[in-house]
Amino acid sequence: MSIDLKTVKHISKLSKISIDDQKAKKLEKDLNSIFKWIEQLNQLNTDKVEPLTSIAEATLRFRKDQIISKNIRDDVLKNSPKDNKDYFVVPKVIE
Amino acid sequence: MIKDQYLIEKNDNKYEVVIGLEVHAQILSESKLFSTSSTKFGSEPNSQVSLVDAAFPGMLPVINEFCVKQAVKTGIGLNAKINNKSIFDRKNYFYADLPQGYQISQYKNPIVGEGSVILDLPTGQKTIGIERLHLEQDAGKSIHDIDPSNTLVDLNRSGIALMEIVSKPDLRSPEEVNLYIKKLRSIMRYLGTCDGNMQEGSLRADVNVSVKKLESDKYGTRCEIKNVNSIKFMQMAIEHEAYRQVELIEGGGTVDQETRLFDTKRNITRSMRSKEDAHDYRYFPDPDLLPLEFDDNFIDNIKKEIPELPDQKKNRFIEKFKLTPYEANILVSDLETSKYFEKVIENSDVKLSANWITGELFALLNAKNLEITESPITAKNLSNLVNLIKDGTISGKIAKTVFELMSDGDKNPVDVVKEKDLKQQSDPKELEKLIEKVINDNQDKVNEYKSGKEKLFGFFVGQVMKISGSKANPQIVNEILKNKLK
Amino acid sequence: MTNLIDLTLNELVIKIKSKEISSKDITSVYIERSKSSKKLNTYIEETFDDALKNSEKFDAKPNFDKKLAGIPFAVKDLFCTKNVRTTASSKILENFVPTYESTVTQNLWDAGAILLGKLNCDEFAMGSSNETSFFGNVINPIDDNLVPGGSSGGSASALAAKLTPATIGTDTGGSIRQPASFTGTVGLKPTYGCCSRYGIVAFASSLDQAGPMTRDVKDCSLLLEVISSFDPKDSTSVDFKRPNYSLNLNKNIKGKKIGIPKEYRVDGMPSEIEKLWEKGKEFLKDCGAEIIDISLPHTNYALPTYYIVAPAEASSNLARYDGVKYGFRAEGENLIDMYEKTRSQGFGDEVKRRIMIGTYVLSSGYYDAYYLKAQKVRKLIKNDFDEAFNKVDAILTPSTPSSAFKIGEKTDDPISMYLNDIFTVPVNLAGLPGISIPAGLDKKGHPLGLQLIGKAFDEQGILDIAYSMEEKINFKLNTKDWWIK
Repeated sequence: MSIDLKTVKHISKLSKISIDDQKAKKLEKDLNSIFKWIEQLNQLNTDKVEPLTSIAEATLRFRKDQIISKNIRDDVLKNSPKDNKDYFVVPKVIE
Repeated sequence: MIKDQYLIEKNDNKYEVVIGLEVHAQILSESKLFSTSSTKFGSEPNSQVSLVDAAFPGMLPVINEFCVKQAVKTGIGLNAKINNKSIFDRKNYFYADLPQGYQISQYKNPIVGEGSVILDLPTGQKTIGIERLHLEQDAGKSIHDIDPSNTLVDLNRSGIALMEIVSKPDLRSPEEVNLYIKKLRSIMRYLGTCDGNMQEGSLRADVNVSVKKLESDKYGTRCEIKNVNSIKFMQMAIEHEAYRQVELIEGGGTVDQETRLFDTKRNITRSMRSKEDAHDYRYFPDPDLLPLEFDDNFIDNIKKEIPELPDQKKNRFIEKFKLTPYEANILVSDLETSKYFEKVIENSDVKLSANWITGELFALLNAKNLEITESPITAKNLSNLVNLIKDGTISGKIAKTVFELMSDGDKNPVDVVKEKDLKQQSDPKELEKLIEKVINDNQDKVNEYKSGKEKLFGFFVGQVMKISGSKANPQIVNEILKNKLK
Repeated sequence: MTNLIDLTLNELVIKIKSKEISSKDITSVYIERSKSSKKLNTYIEETFDDALKNSEKFDAKPNFDKKLAGIPFAVKDLFCTKNVRTTASSKILENFVPTYESTVTQNLWDAGAILLGKLNCDEFAMGSSNETSFFGNVINPIDDNLVPGGSSGGSASALAAKLTPATIGTDTGGSIRQPASFTGTVGLKPTYGCCSRYGIVAFASSLDQAGPMTRDVKDCSLLLEVISSFDPKDSTSVDFKRPNYSLNLNKNIKGKKIGIPKEYRVDGMPSEIEKLWEKGKEFLKDCGAEIIDISLPHTNYALPTYYIVAPAEASSNLARYDGVKYGFRAEGENLIDMYEKTRSQGFGDEVKRRIMIGTYVLSSGYYDAYYLKAQKVRKLIKNDFDEAFNKVDAILTPSTPSSAFKIGEKTDDPISMYLNDIFTVPVNLAGLPGISIPAGLDKKGHPLGLQLIGKAFDEQGILDIAYSMEEKINFKLNTKDWWIK
């Protein structure tokens, strides 16, 4: 499967990372060689194999329905890029 | 074609509307699905946000057992298959109120499988299929209208447990949608798994609408309508969207599969600004979580906790109390109403009680915008009132007056009747005296009556009631009057 | 008094507990040495003033019951440390100060240790040479033109340069073991689930594990004892009875069966590595162990599998770095613009490359062919090990396909960089424990390591074997302090 510039631009949109044309071209080259290398996996027949769902071969552990984290608003907003003591502030979304 | 079927006609073509609903119901629990912060509604912004909720580096999800039980309980209430093993997947997309950049949800292996819900339509019962129910995290809230140049984000809601209930495309009209949502809500309130409060956002729905020609087997392309937060708006949106699609098709066009918003100001649906790649969620099993598994014992223990559900209660009311399906339906759809009713009828006549609850009491509650749990008249006192009517102490008409007086401070009707001297006059001797007076005072009318003007009977009754201050027992008055006027 | 710098962790602990030296003695010596070693660029955040204060506090009221009583420690900057800047070596977290502590580092402080500072690493733990850090590359104390390995390059370099008595790193595909091999030190990646991941900046959730990096095996076992714990805040943390690793350390490995996987003999493997491996086998035989040839048939598929699974999980784990809640934010005209600029400017090239790979392999139409396929191959790889462990107690392999390479040598070719992990990656995919110990030098006099892979939760087993081999190998790390100013 070959990756073209259009695909690179598509992935960059999906992952919300803007890239200029020069970087996009380099990425196209890198990704193509990486994927070519990854494609060796197709040599293996895995039709009857179950995917590995969990390393520990265990199941999900339950927690009791208790409120442990109380109001830590100051901590939560402390590292926020914009100064607002109540909310996170972001540029408007275009609807 | 079924009688009263909801159809849209254009150019002699009849179209059926096919509707599927994805209902998001917030689970009633103390803490969130994967984190230990509170789920309480209406708190100060960002005061119920844990480090996990805000997706700080290194934070990890740990599942709340109670939320799992609530989902299983709901699945049982929907007569659905409970899956002993299910997987949590990440649904990846970017939005300001999605701190992780993904939502933990369930994709191919949900906790609950197929089930069904029964609707009581005027034409009979209809079964609506449930496709699945799965667990997922709720997102935070983006507030666009406080700051003109920015969006403000409150993450209090982020991480609260949601049950997403997906129906099969079995609904065929806005009215069926109304009944379906009410039924779901009723079941979940009975179970205590969701409070179904649409104003507070604990119950929301996305609607999928398509149309097809009545004679056709093929389903049309559907559009998803998001952001409708009341049943009324949902119904309006469905109607508008169905008409839009029919117009489009009849005009030679085709319906595009898209997501639309309901504009409540203009009452139309419009296409959401195309979010490129909006639907590539790149689902994969969440590597921070292991598969969710529980045994049949776990499910059975939850089954034991299930109370009598609306359908069972309705059938019981019909059989045991001989109520009509219509009456039963109204009394069971809300758990608290059914509890109130059963308390009243502990000591009172069933039919009368049913009438007074669904009539006068509901009117009072509606007028004052109160829930039945906040009723100004307790079940005990309503029961007392019903008994006073039944044993003839007061007439039905007087009872209405008493009811009004009772509602100011939950007064005992016995006291009210005594205080205001509203006791019905049932002594035949006393009534005879009044009747004779009326007859004597209205000899001309008596003659008219005796010569064939039977309608005048009501006049006489009316007069007796008048001079008795409405306290005369109407049945006895009728009897005596009949005799006297022979 | 012997030079404090030359004492091992265990020796320091003994001396502190016998009151021969104070915490301040040790801490000030390490602070001085660290201050003079800026050339190596191992530190991102120094907490020297607080460290000194804390050492004095300890001395004023010492608690000698603690396993790491008063010992100073610098740790990889991937562990969130409360009120101390934590960057993951990235611009996007350049000024991030956590209000919480990771479980693993909390275990250190609960055991009496004192924080010296945060150590440089590859950005978001993605790299094998510590050349992708926003804060500049780290230099290997062995020689000034060599990489220390990665991603725990800062940790390995600081350890080898004796700027910290011991340290902890994280290992997702070899990030502890490979730099240990390149710097002549000991590095252990525990079984998946042995150490808590809570509070560690996540790279690939199903592969990440924190682990000790030390000067010798005995130190390694002591440190493992301290950091390993069951943590209910991590759903993948395993609740098992953790033995007293250092107390139980046993050189006697008579009768142990050690497997030699033939598939690890890769084409073009340098003869030095082959020779080292042979020597390792001889040492083991001398110790009374039995050497058994085994096969791990799917070994060759491990690297491509890893380079699907790890980037996929990373692409999702790094989605939270969006400039909204914390970290760097670029100005944008609207929300999407802000996201795109923030992440483009905030992440380095290698991180961006891996996020793109990860996004692609999970994207619509490709999930089955890549991610699902990789998870199936991963099962096959794990089965290989399970089969092998029916016959043997541990497996011996080289740690790396070469000794430390030159700075800049592999930065242009991602695949040649990825091939560094060829011997270490299968261990992460199978969730098993692996330890690298220094075993010899190559022609240029640069260290080479040997790796022991154990059964799940049998850290004691491979520590014992490593302990036994270490004595026979008698490796001496000779760095010449050329970087001291």
